[in-house]
Amino acid sequence: MSPLDLLVAVPLALMIAAVLLGSRGRLLLLAAIPVMAGLTVWLLLLPEGTAHIVGDWNLPLGILLRADGVAQLLVAATSACASIIGLYALREFAPGPSGSETAHGYAFWPLFYLLWGGANAGFLTTDLFNLYVALEMVSLAAVAMAAMGSLRAALQYFVVALVGSLAYLLGVALLFANYATVDITLLAGTARPDLATKVALAVMTAGLLIKAAVFPLHGWLPPAHAAAPAPASALLSAIVVKVGFVILLRLWFEAFPAIVAPAALDVLGWLGALAVLYGSIQAIRQETLKALVAYSTVAQIGYLLLAFPLVVTAAGSDRAWAGMTIHAIAHMLAKAAMFLAAGLMLKAVNGHRLEDLSGLVRVMPLTVAAFGLAAISLMGLPPSAGFIAKFLLLEAALEQGAVFQAAILLVGGLMAAVYLFNPLSRTFAGRDTPVTEAKDTLQTAAPLALGLLAVSLGFAGQAMVDISAGVSQAGPPAAAVGEVP
Amino acid sequence: MTLAFDLILCLMIVGTAAAALLTHNALAAIVFFIVFGNLLGLAWLAMNAVNVAMAEIAIGAGITGVLLILTRQRLMALGDDLISAETPGWLRAGAVLACTGLTALVGSAVLSVAPADDLGGPIAALLPELGIENPVTGVLLAFRAYDTLLETFVLLGALVAVWSLAPGNAWPRPPASLNLAESGGGSVAQAFGRLLLPLALVMAAYLVWAGSDFPGGAFQAGTVLAGGLIIAAIGGAVAWPRADNSILRAVLVLGPGVFLIIGLAGIALGRFLFYPPGFAKAMIVAIEYSLALSIGATLALLLAGRSVAPDHRS
Amino acid sequence: MPTLMHLYPLTGAALVGLGLYGIVTLRHPLRQLLAVNVVGAGIFLILGGLGRGTASTDPFPQALVITGIVVAVALTAFGAALVVRVAEEERARDDTAAVEATGDSA
Repeated sequence: MSPLDLLVAVPLALMIAAVLLGSRGRLLLLAAIPVMAGLTVWLLLLPEGTAHIVGDWNLPLGILLRADGVAQLLVAATSACASIIGLYALREFAPGPSGSETAHGYAFWPLFYLLWGGANAGFLTTDLFNLYVALEMVSLAAVAMAAMGSLRAALQYFVVALVGSLAYLLGVALLFANYATVDITLLAGTARPDLATKVALAVMTAGLLIKAAVFPLHGWLPPAHAAAPAPASALLSAIVVKVGFVILLRLWFEAFPAIVAPAALDVLGWLGALAVLYGSIQAIRQETLKALVAYSTVAQIGYLLLAFPLVVTAAGSDRAWAGMTIHAIAHMLAKAAMFLAAGLMLKAVNGHRLEDLSGLVRVMPLTVAAFGLAAISLMGLPPSAGFIAKFLLLEAALEQGAVFQAAILLVGGLMAAVYLFNPLSRTFAGRDTPVTEAKDTLQTAAPLALGLLAVSLGFAGQAMVDISAGVSQAGPPAAAVGEVP
Repeated sequence: MTLAFDLILCLMIVGTAAAALLTHNALAAIVFFIVFGNLLGLAWLAMNAVNVAMAEIAIGAGITGVLLILTRQRLMALGDDLISAETPGWLRAGAVLACTGLTALVGSAVLSVAPADDLGGPIAALLPELGIENPVTGVLLAFRAYDTLLETFVLLGALVAVWSLAPGNAWPRPPASLNLAESGGGSVAQAFGRLLLPLALVMAAYLVWAGSDFPGGAFQAGTVLAGGLIIAAIGGAVAWPRADNSILRAVLVLGPGVFLIIGLAGIALGRFLFYPPGFAKAMIVAIEYSLALSIGATLALLLAGRSVAPDHRS
Repeated sequence: MPTLMHLYPLTGAALVGLGLYGIVTLRHPLRQLLAVNVVGAGIFLILGGLGRGTASTDPFPQALVITGIVVAVALTAFGAALVVRVAEEERARDDTAAVEATGDSA
C-alpha cells in the first residue's frame, strides 16, 4: 500500500460517486477531507525518495510514481487548498431552492475531484506522457469551471490551453522517438544535447509557459480567473497553474539539467522578472477586485521563473530551490484565501469594483482579515510562508551576485504592497449603502483558515526547506528499471 | 506498400488538411477534414499500425467528423454563418513565416532521429505472461494501464463538462433529438437504426473479444457502439435519457469504476493495477467490456450535447 | 540521415505547421478546433512514424497515440459544446438588446 497511488485513486473514486449521486453527493467532501488528509500525512512521512512502479511493469514500459520534496509539498498544499475550497463550495454548488439538481451544482463536484486527482497525478509521476494525461485532466476541469463564470473567457482559455498541451505533446513525441522512453529519471541518465532534444525542450517549455500563464503568454488568465465563481477562481489560481510549473521543474532541473545552457535559464529568469513587473503594474491599475487578484497571480508566477537561473548555479542553489518551491505553496494558500475572501466581499456588496468595498471592515471583519493575512504572505512580510520564500530567494540572489534578481524581488514586494493596500484601505472607508451579508460560518472560516495557514507556515520554514531538498536526482531506484535497453 | 503509394498518400494528407484549413466554406472544411482523417487511417495501415488505423478512422475521422457536422448545424440554427473573419495581411504573412519556421525546425528534428522499433521486442517478450497476443492492447491495459485509467476519467469528465454548460432552465432534461437526416429520410433511418443497434452491439462485443489477440479493443468497440446509438437516435429508435437518469449514470461510470476497482484490488496483492499471475487476461477482458459499454454511451452523449430547455427542442 | 521511413513523420511535421497556421489565422472557434485536431494528427504521425522498424511498428507509441486520440475527441467535444453555448448566449444578448431598442422607440 502506498499513498502515491491512493492520492490519485481516492479522488477518482469520489468523482465516480459524485457522478452517480449528483449534488446530493456534495457531502462526500466530508469523507474526502479526512481520508485525503491522512494520505497526505502519510506522504509527508515517507522516507526521502520513496518511489514505486504501477502494477508489475518496470521502466521504460511502466510508470514510476515518486514522492520527492516538490511532490510532497505541492500535494500537501493542494490537499489543504482543495479541502478548504471544497468546504466553501458546499454552499455555492448545492441543490436548487426546491432541492432540485442544477447543472452547475451537479457538475462542479465531479470536476472538482477530477482536478484534485489530476493535480496529484501530475505531481507524483515521473513519466512525461502520464503528465500529459494529468495535464489534460486538470485543464478540462479548469476550463469547465471557468465557463461557470464567463463562457467567452472560458472559450479563449480552452483554445490557449489546448495549444499549450499540444506543444507539450509534440515535445513528448520527439523525446520518445529519440530516447525510447518518456521517464524523467531515465532521460536524466541518457540526455544528449542533440537537435531533437533541444527542439523538444523548446516546444514543451513554450507550451508549459502558456499553461502556467507566464508573461507574455498570460493573456488568457485574468479574464478566466476573474470571471469564474470564487471557489473555481481559487482552484484555478492556486492549483491549476502550478501543474504546468512543476512539469517545467521536472524538465529543466531533473531530466535535462546536463544539457541546459545557462543562457536559456537566464531567458526564463528575464521572463519571470517581466511578469513580476507587468503583472504588478496591471494589478495596480485594476479597478475591479477579482481582476486585481488575477493579475497578482500573473506577477506571483513571475517569481517562480525568476528563480530558475538562481537554482542552476551551484552556490546557494539549495536555498533558491527551497525558496522557489515554498513560494509555489505559499502562493497556493494565499491566493486561494484571497479569491475566497474576495468572493464573499463582492457578494456582500453586490458589486465588483474596488470602491464598492468601502466600510466592509465593520460588516465582515473576519473576511477582511483573511484578505489581509493572504496579502501579508503575497507581499512577503514576516512571518508568512511568502516571507520565507522571498527571503531564501533573496539570500541566494545576493550570494550569487544576482543584483538584478534581488532588485526585482524587492520591487515586486513593494508593488504587491501597493496593489493590495488599495482594496484593504477601501474597506476602512465610510459607507452609505447598506450591505447584505449572508452569514455562513463555513464560508467565513474557509478563507480565514487558508490565510492563517499561509502566514503561520512561515514558522515551519525550516521543515519546508528540509522537505523541499528531498530531490531524488540520483536517478530511478535500481529495482524499478527493467533489463530493457 | 510502394514508395509511390506512400508519397501520393502523404501529399493527399497534407492537401486535404490544407483544404480543410484554408477553404472559406465551413461545410467543405469539415468534409475535407473527414477525408483527411480517413486518409490518415490509410497511412496508419501502411505503417502496419492496424489498431491505430481503426481508432483514427472511427474516432479521429468518424466521431470528430459527426461532431463537427452537428456543431455546424447547431451554430447555423443560431444564425452563426461560420464565416471566419478575414485576418489582416500582416498577421497571415507573419503566421506563414512562423509556421514555416516551426515546420522546418520540427522536420529537421524528425530527420535527426532514426526510426526504430525500440520496445516491440521487450513487449513481445512480456505478452505471454499476460496471455494476450495484441501488443497494443497489452500496452494500453497492462504496461500503461495507469495512463488508460486516467484517460477514461478524462472522457467521463468531458461529458460532465459538456453537461455543465446546460442553461439553468434546461437541467436535467435530455439533449435535443438529432435530425441529421433531411426530411423524408427519417423512416429509413428509423428502420436502419432498429437494425443497426443490435448489430453494433454484436460488433462491439466481437471487437473487445478479438482485441486481446487481434487488432481492436475497448476504444474501437466503444466507438462502434456509439455509432449504433447515434444512428438509432437519429431514426428515433432510442430516445436520449435525462441527465439525472440513474441507470444512465451507472452505465457511464461502469467502465472507469470497474477499472479503478480492479486497480485498487491489485493493492491487496501487491501494487495498484497489479494483475495476479494467470488472471491478467480475464481482468483485462473484464475491464475492456465494461469500458466499451461506458465509452459507447459517453461518446454518443458527447455527440448529443447538453440538456436543452423545452422551447429549444427541435 | 533521411530515409524513406521519415516520410510519414515528416508529413506529421508539415501538419503541425499547417494546423498552427490555421489556429493563428482562423477566427471562428469551430475552425480553430478543426485546426487543433490537424496539429494533433501531425503529432501522432511523428510519434508513431518514428517508431517504425524494418518489419514492425513499435506498439508502445501506438498505444500512446490511441490514448491521445481519445483525449483529443473528449476535449474537442467539450470545445464544440462550448462554442455552441457561447453563440447561444450572444444570440440571446442580441435579442434582448433588439427588444430593448424597439421598446425604447415605441
